[in-house]
Amino acid sequence: MGIEPDRIHYSWISSAESTKFVEVVKEVTEKVKALGPNQHFAKHEAKVA
Amino acid sequence: MSEYNDKIKEISARLLKECQVDMVIGFRKGSMPMMNEPCFINNAEDAAQLVWDSNCGINLANYLTNRKEKIGIIAKGCDSRNIVTHIIENKISREQLYIIGVPCQGMIDKHKINAMFEGEIQDVAENGQKITVTIDGKENALEKADVLQKNCAVCIHRNPVIFDEMVAEPVEEQKDVDRYADVREIEAMTSEEKWNTFEELLSPCIRCYACKNACPLCYCPTCFVDESKPQWVGKGQDPTDVRTFHFLRAFHCGGRCTDCGACERACPVGINMRVFTKKLEKDSFEQFGWEAGLTLDERPPLDTYRPDDPDDFIR
Repeated sequence: MGIEPDRIHYSWISSAESTKFVEVVKEVTEKVKALGPNQHFAKHEAKVA
Repeated sequence: MSEYNDKIKEISARLLKECQVDMVIGFRKGSMPMMNEPCFINNAEDAAQLVWDSNCGINLANYLTNRKEKIGIIAKGCDSRNIVTHIIENKISREQLYIIGVPCQGMIDKHKINAMFEGEIQDVAENGQKITVTIDGKENALEKADVLQKNCAVCIHRNPVIFDEMVAEPVEEQKDVDRYADVREIEAMTSEEKWNTFEELLSPCIRCYACKNACPLCYCPTCFVDESKPQWVGKGQDPTDVRTFHFLRAFHCGGRCTDCGACERACPVGINMRVFTKKLEKDSFEQFGWEAGLTLDERPPLDTYRPDDPDDFIR
């Protein structure tokens, strides 16, 4: 779609898997931070002359 | 293909005369070349209006949604697959339908032919595989194979998959066609290249929704683009909204699209939005072994669960 693959993550975490949850969240945060702010699918204010 | 005409008229007149159906949905000659229009025939005398040639690209399954009467419908390969999809999705029942199957040899691409010539096309006639385009009284000969609609050129289901009566013997299906060359080309791109490709592809879109109106799958009473509470997507031509519309529409067609080409055919600015639906069609086939509309006996992949469904993307 033109969205960087690292921006989207899928995971299946049971309510009992707290450590997995922490791991996944850390990893997602790191990867998305590395990519920086999303430029696509964001509306920008119209430039007024 | 035009040789089917007499048979279509004969069958339709008979069905109406014997009151087997309340109406027949077919095509009649349009007011412009290459633009046959869908029509509802209600009595046997009018059946003579029905025509069949290479300009019947509109998908007639679109006119079946939530109909209550008994209907005779002329169906080429893709129409028949969309009729199956309609039946599976409870938009019409099989008992209501008398399907007049038409073995199809492909429809011609009006965008392509219009782009080939300068000036106004007065007439487009066909004789077997020869197409004659008349402009300013001058005749130009074309080979049909060169001007087929893109989806027809890679079609592998030309014969109706479901029918009550055929107008002719089945035609030979195309073999060894590479259905997904264009999709693979896009898949090979980086995300930035994809983004730019789609930006360019969709830039002419005027949000007229001709694609969704021509699509037999787009039958929601209120489309997400028209919702206002909440408003999922802006209504203007902001590239973000245009893209959201096209992507979401494609996803709604996932596992259902038969690549009938009605959307691209209807587009007034010639956008090939089929690359989106084709990608989903390819995924349905590769991951679930599913081709939409081939059988009434199997549920589509998106409303069934199988333990061996692919799940590599979940970790």
